[in-house]
Amino acid sequence: MQLTINGDLRTIADARTVEQLLVQLNLDPRTVVVELNREIIRRPVIATTPVAEGDVVEIVHFVGGG
Amino acid sequence: MLKIAGREFRSRLLVGTGKYRSNDEMLRAIAASGAEVVTVAVRRVNLDRHDEAGILHHLGSERYFLLANTAGCYSADEAIRYARLGREAGFNDFVKLEVIGDKETLLPDVAGLLAATAVLAVEGFKVMAYTNDDLVTALRLEAAGAVAVMPLASPIGSGLGLLNPYFIRTIKSRLTVPVIVDAGVGTASDACLVMEQGVDGILMNTALAEAQDAIGMAKAMGLAVEAGRAAYLAGRMPRREVAVPSSPATGMLD
Repeated sequence: MQLTINGDLRTIADARTVEQLLVQLNLDPRTVVVELNREIIRRPVIATTPVAEGDVVEIVHFVGGG
Repeated sequence: MLKIAGREFRSRLLVGTGKYRSNDEMLRAIAASGAEVVTVAVRRVNLDRHDEAGILHHLGSERYFLLANTAGCYSADEAIRYARLGREAGFNDFVKLEVIGDKETLLPDVAGLLAATAVLAVEGFKVMAYTNDDLVTALRLEAAGAVAVMPLASPIGSGLGLLNPYFIRTIKSRLTVPVIVDAGVGTASDACLVMEQGVDGILMNTALAEAQDAIGMAKAMGLAVEAGRAAYLAGRMPRREVAVPSSPATGMLD
């Protein structure tokens, strides 16, 4: 499955949900926020929110800033 | 005690977390400053570099109040999007709202700022709006629902100090919500002068991060903010164009 993640086209082996996608990317769901096709996916529903071919995903976190 | 939207904070100094030479230096500087409110930015996770644990890993949320910003946003829509992501990533409804209008000066886009403030306030955000030192904009931000208005002392990262004390005083005298000067402070005397205008607090980042000794400067800034606040409350003597002797003019020898 091909997804656009943080601006780059990536091939993801098998992730059916946002949570599985994060696991595949080796990310801790507690420290990142996911936007799927411009919609924020709240943490309580990441395990039940499906991802599909062609989805546009943004994964963000806090960095240093003023 | 600084109070914003009903929440009390232990320091009138708010600090950023950008541009430090290391995370260790940042943490020590923040501790030395005495600040409780600490700003952070929302950015993409670098998927190819897993050594980059986000800043939460270093700051922890028990000791500091993390204030997400919308730095780098050039439109109301973009800033709203970042604010929503920041709320989801963080632990509170506060946002330091920036809508930048010019790349060279990083001066705010006032129309975008007002539009974004109105939308976010309705969504329950506690908007702290970074703005220029213009009274009318400040009044409109307050009317649009901002819980704090944050006029600049001078452009972001410039270190030029307080360019217009009169405008800052005017904004403070006319607003009900807290006025926190954000950006432009370069050294401790700048911070002191800002606080002497009677404002509620200062937010700074570069002045600490780019000081030769960030930790030393953080301590100096903490003291300066306290000194400036105390001097404001004490009320300064009148300015005079002539000298007035401090020692008695009588009792002099013949």
